[in-house]
Amino acid sequence: MLDAIFGRLTWDSIILVQAVENPNINTIITASAAAMMPVGGVMIVALLTWMKWWKPLFEWLTSVDHKKIGTMYIIFAVIMLFRGVVEGMLMRANQAVGLDGGFLSSNHFNQLFTTHGTNMIFFVAMPFLFGLINIVVPLQIGARDVAFPRLNQISLGLTAAGGFLFMISLMVGEFSTGGWTGYPSFTGRLVNPGVGPDYYILAIAISGIGSTLTGVNFSVTIYKLRTAGMSFMRMPLFTWTALCTSILLIFAMPPLTACCAMLGLDRFLGFHFFTNDMGGNLMNFINLFWMFGHPEVYILVLPAFGVMSEIASTYSGKRLYGYTSIVAATMCIAVLSFTVWLHHFFTMGQSATVNAAFGVATLLIAIPTGVKIYDWLATLWGGRIRFTAPMIYLCGFFVLFTIGGLSGVVLASPTLDYQLHNSQFLVAHFHNVIIPGVLFGILAGIHIWFPKIYGFRLVEGLSRITAFLWAIGFILAFMPLYQTGLMGMTRRTVAYEDPALVPWMVVSGIGSLILGLAFLFILLTILVSVLNRKKLMVPFGDPWDGRSLEWATPAPTPEWNFAVLPKVECRDAFADAKAKGTAYQPIGKYDDIEMPANTYYGFIIMVMASGLGFGLVWHMWWLAIASLLGAIATAITYAFMPQKQYIIPAAEVREIDEAWRRAAREGTGVTRDDECKEANKGLAIPATITNP
Amino acid sequence: MSFSIRKSLYPGLNLGEGHGDDHLEAETSVFGFWVFMMSDLVTFGMFFAVFATTVPLACCPGPKELFNLGSVALQTAFLLASSLTSGMAILTLKQQHASRSASTKKLIFWLLLTVLLGCGFLYREISDFIAMAAAGGPPTRSGYLSALWSLVGLHGLHVTGGLVWCLVIVAGILVRGVDLRWKLTLLRWAVFWHFLDVVWIAIFSFVFLGGLL
Repeated sequence: MLDAIFGRLTWDSIILVQAVENPNINTIITASAAAMMPVGGVMIVALLTWMKWWKPLFEWLTSVDHKKIGTMYIIFAVIMLFRGVVEGMLMRANQAVGLDGGFLSSNHFNQLFTTHGTNMIFFVAMPFLFGLINIVVPLQIGARDVAFPRLNQISLGLTAAGGFLFMISLMVGEFSTGGWTGYPSFTGRLVNPGVGPDYYILAIAISGIGSTLTGVNFSVTIYKLRTAGMSFMRMPLFTWTALCTSILLIFAMPPLTACCAMLGLDRFLGFHFFTNDMGGNLMNFINLFWMFGHPEVYILVLPAFGVMSEIASTYSGKRLYGYTSIVAATMCIAVLSFTVWLHHFFTMGQSATVNAAFGVATLLIAIPTGVKIYDWLATLWGGRIRFTAPMIYLCGFFVLFTIGGLSGVVLASPTLDYQLHNSQFLVAHFHNVIIPGVLFGILAGIHIWFPKIYGFRLVEGLSRITAFLWAIGFILAFMPLYQTGLMGMTRRTVAYEDPALVPWMVVSGIGSLILGLAFLFILLTILVSVLNRKKLMVPFGDPWDGRSLEWATPAPTPEWNFAVLPKVECRDAFADAKAKGTAYQPIGKYDDIEMPANTYYGFIIMVMASGLGFGLVWHMWWLAIASLLGAIATAITYAFMPQKQYIIPAAEVREIDEAWRRAAREGTGVTRDDECKEANKGLAIPATITNP
Repeated sequence: MSFSIRKSLYPGLNLGEGHGDDHLEAETSVFGFWVFMMSDLVTFGMFFAVFATTVPLACCPGPKELFNLGSVALQTAFLLASSLTSGMAILTLKQQHASRSASTKKLIFWLLLTVLLGCGFLYREISDFIAMAAAGGPPTRSGYLSALWSLVGLHGLHVTGGLVWCLVIVAGILVRGVDLRWKLTLLRWAVFWHFLDVVWIAIFSFVFLGGLL
């Protein structure tokens, strides 16, 4: 009877119980992490009740506004980043004292590198970027919302459900120990019958479906919802990269869904896709996984390139150099990203000819990437560069990302890869592209667009310190790994015997402490900015002398984004309007604005998807079936319910919009010298720089 | 130029100018669904690819013992016929609902006929699965059988979803009439249904005919 209700969930599955029954350093570390969730949960409930924030909370959770959904993605990602950074620090600490055995058990260490990788890719980097794309893209193309606002909410719900499964594995049961790539047959039923791989499969499959839908939503948004005159070659670069990322999501997520489904069939129903016997072939999993996995790298880094493009032109006061070549390079990268997946397993038995072909294809990607770097450098040349936080990230990116890219060129050569594969050199390489590439782009993007959505800037001083901390922490934590990799240290090593590795590992451990500090500085920056928000207000909405349409709205941007949808006549439309003096001019006619009303659809789907995943992991079949049927019933019910809209009367829009325009025309702006001072109220005196 | 663009806003059958604003409203929705279908096609492609890499093992029955080509041909006939009737349903929607004549009954007739043919397909497919299992070829026997069952089963699952979706549409039309939202849903469902036909043709030629050659 109990088995029918709880499946294979027992009292001992709960981590806290394990820690009480068998206290040692591993169970205590896991249990304290697990305990943070109920404790944090109680604190959040108390805070919400104390501040009477329940109602606003549900207004957010049911919102279909792309700005709010984007914000929720980013909050989710910051919470997960906290977990990811702590896991990274634990692993670095273990390796720093890892001579002849660190303080973690190998099973615990294996879980750590698996959760760290899975978390950082699926629940930190992707939600961060989806958040930025959600917030920025509709504003940049002059739209009021995305093409399918409710679908957007469902995508968020599925991502959160995947995150829920991932987090609950910390409290109940365990996570996979098979690395973020989860190769069978190690993750197969025979070797690993426990719940870990099931958590892994379901968490990434469920959030992966959400990502596919995000890709569909944003590609359609960019294809169909561009405002009048916004032809493809007038789109801001960030929108271009968001489009490429969306296309990659559409084509690259299905292989992940497929290989997770197949591994699930192997595990749950005893199929033989990837088993060692009965005609199974584990190479199929590895191929499918990397058919997703390699484009995934570009799914992450392309939007970051988009942010870098915006920084290069905005913060040097010039238009982007080589716009067309950057667009072409972005598209080249997107296409090439599907032709290189095999370089992740050069050593797994293909012929030398096949390896050579994929090696050359990999080397080719360096060309469009190089084109972009030179274009950004050329953009800066002769510009009036402001060395504010985004520019620090950009310069850090120039130096560090290029090093990371070059180490990738080294790894792309099959002959060298035979030496370097599975070594710390690889760990150094991918952290070297993901931190200075993706993370710098995300953090810079948040710094740039934060005032657009919330109405006030982030404090400049702390932001700069944060940027430097990330750069220094990264260098100390990961550059030593190139060396230890060349010395022969393999990745995912819980203990080693060569004392020569110790100094490098200690430096790396110190670096990880600085990265932890850098994470705290993100929170500190936001906290100090919120406390000083009165001084940092930018109500006119253009704090950085911006160039694209999103800056042509007040800050915080009203829910309707644009009172009247703008018309575009050239690239950098808002910079052009400011130069001609046509910005902030009165608009003759306002219309009623129809916006989609809040809905519980996404929230319900999130609950159902979480129930489905949890039920499957623990073999609670009733829960899984009930959740699945519930999700279908929800979809059918919503198909019958009228899609509610609400109308914002033209008079209300007119009043707010005219007041803003009038104040902007009468106000005196600031020059770039005062960009970081209190005087910057978001009204820019445009710099006039002619291209050298 | 502009006329021809407005006439065909997305691939496939457009509602047409006779439907007024509904014609324009369909653009984003149906285009979006086409994009989703591309993604789904890649999923099928992955199952095809895995199937292509597996070979029947000597231990277990292979295509010759398991495939019932007569039944598969019947399934093909059912599915192709249902595609035709679904096309008739959409033509009814496009041409008769534009003039708002009383064609709802005709529309529902074609939709229910499609469901009937789809059920015929599913019935034959499930019978074949049961026969295969009985002949010693369940999916747990070998890698080849796993790939075969999942590829064909994935298609069958899509067909089941399509049938439920169609019944929901019929119910919706009976409750609310053919309003804009059901029109859009119908158009998307039609794309889905034809898509399943295309995938089936690939399965028929690649899996069944290919297996027996």
